[in-house]
Amino acid sequence: MRGIPSSEITPEHVYLSRRRFMAATGALGAMLALGACGASPDTSPTAPADTRTDELGDRLNSFEQITTYNNYYEFTTDKQRVARLARDFRVSPWEVAVGGLARRPRVFGLEDLLRFEQEERIYRLRCVEGWSMVIPWLGFPLRRLLAEVEPLAAARYVRFETVLRPEEMPGQRDRFYPWPYVEGLRLDEAMHDLTLLATGLYGRSLTPQNGAPLRLVGPWKYGFYANVNPDVPHPRWSQATERRIGEGGRRPTLPFNGYAEEVAALYAGLDLRVNF
Amino acid sequence: MADQQQPWRAWPRLAVHLALLPLALLIFDAATGRLSVNPIQDMTLRTGKAALALLMLSLACTPLNRLLGWKWAVALRKPLGLYSFLYVCLHLLVFAVADYRLDPALIGQAIAEKRYVLAGLASFALLLPLALTSTRGAMRRLGRWWRRLHRLVYAAAALAVLHYLWLSKVWREPALWGVALVILLLARLPIVRPPRAHGDRHRFLLPGAQAQHPQISPERHLQQSKIRNPQSKMASAAPSSGSARPARAQGHPDAGGEPPQQAQHGEHGPRPVDQRRRPQGARQQQGDDPAHDEQALPELRPEPPGPALSHQIAGAPGDDQE
Repeated sequence: MRGIPSSEITPEHVYLSRRRFMAATGALGAMLALGACGASPDTSPTAPADTRTDELGDRLNSFEQITTYNNYYEFTTDKQRVARLARDFRVSPWEVAVGGLARRPRVFGLEDLLRFEQEERIYRLRCVEGWSMVIPWLGFPLRRLLAEVEPLAAARYVRFETVLRPEEMPGQRDRFYPWPYVEGLRLDEAMHDLTLLATGLYGRSLTPQNGAPLRLVGPWKYGFYANVNPDVPHPRWSQATERRIGEGGRRPTLPFNGYAEEVAALYAGLDLRVNF
Repeated sequence: MADQQQPWRAWPRLAVHLALLPLALLIFDAATGRLSVNPIQDMTLRTGKAALALLMLSLACTPLNRLLGWKWAVALRKPLGLYSFLYVCLHLLVFAVADYRLDPALIGQAIAEKRYVLAGLASFALLLPLALTSTRGAMRRLGRWWRRLHRLVYAAAALAVLHYLWLSKVWREPALWGVALVILLLARLPIVRPPRAHGDRHRFLLPGAQAQHPQISPERHLQQSKIRNPQSKMASAAPSSGSARPARAQGHPDAGGEPPQQAQHGEHGPRPVDQRRRPQGARQQQGDDPAHDEQALPELRPEPPGPALSHQIAGAPGDDQE
């Protein structure tokens, strides 16, 4: 399901501004929202026990697990409270402005985004905090959206700026962090087939606590988009091992979160202990 | 007057067992599925926070007594400290057993790699001997060393805060604990006293008798008291100062509520006459104090008499033995 035709890996000739590729007018951001580490809450525990697995044979985490344990600092740093605080977050209307070094900069409405062919991707989510889940996302590869704006040859990075709505997002009223949250990917990372713009979860619309209406997912990266690397220790959390939500004990963390075969080539020649 | 004190003594000693509440809540939440989907993390966090909070409360007892005259707080110091240690043990068990499954390689790696793990373990290592020597017997056997040993609690608390600080991605809360700890430690310095505390303090340390036997103690801190005598005379006349004293006449009926300092500095205070005659032996007597109190008040003093224990953990570093 995830084989990446090398033909689709966009070479560096496609260029985007490093500064403003995406100036999200309250859009692209929410999908980022420290995206990697969160799933969210909703009171509808649907999805009968799903016995599907990822390509490594690991069972999916439940909808409830995914939607009640979220890292979404825009609401709170308390993972269990995100769901409740995000409940009334307005996810529509929604716009994503894509500009910068692009031949056809434009603003996408949510309807436009849902017009891209949606597919399910079962990805592991490995949070830098040392826990992980297996999540069935619904969405479309970011590269399709990027293709529409036609990045210029000078573009090298994609800058994501997330939604800023302190009146709805209590965490943003806390000045401990700079808001809005800004994240970045190299263009080749952004164009990689694994890089997904998620719009749904378990076959349904994305829940606010998981980043609705749109969330960036790079499964070989931690939530804050550094590459998962068990050999790069973190002062606070174990990176060599992880706790799979729903399991006891710990399991070893895989390089690139198990996606090395697909993405390792992106980093050929880099010292991954330094550039991670 | 002793009767009036009775209720004061009773409720804090009962209330201190509220320290079990966080554990009860944790068990309840676990049993009813109210933990998050990452229960190991919940258990780790909740036992750790309870341990830290109780340790801080334990360290707050002495300042509360010294600065505010809340004598009842002294009796809570030991139970709070032991409850804190209970949570420390649970915290460590969750880490080693539930989380790391006693895997020596993984645990070794965590210790080597994570400074917060090291700080936490160091704090535990310092608290362990304190808990083990918290019995009356140990106190008696160790004598003056008991007090010195139990000063490790300061280092243990500092390491605990550091542990929390190093593992937190948001350092605000641990930083607040750090500020609280600094305040609690500063409050032990002899120079930190509320304006009228001179009087208060001397009422505790040298109630009444002090003025009459100022020459008894050779200790440095006593000399200081002499200098301040004029003030403390006035203060000791205050109504509140009288309440504790009469009781003392019969051995230590008051032990439960006595400020720790009394054990030590009290040698020259309203001690029974026989003790006052042996001022030189003041230090050596420390170890005996517990027994002394015990006899007087076994039922009120199930734990080692405030004197030695309390002074130990709580005593201002500048006040003893330096």
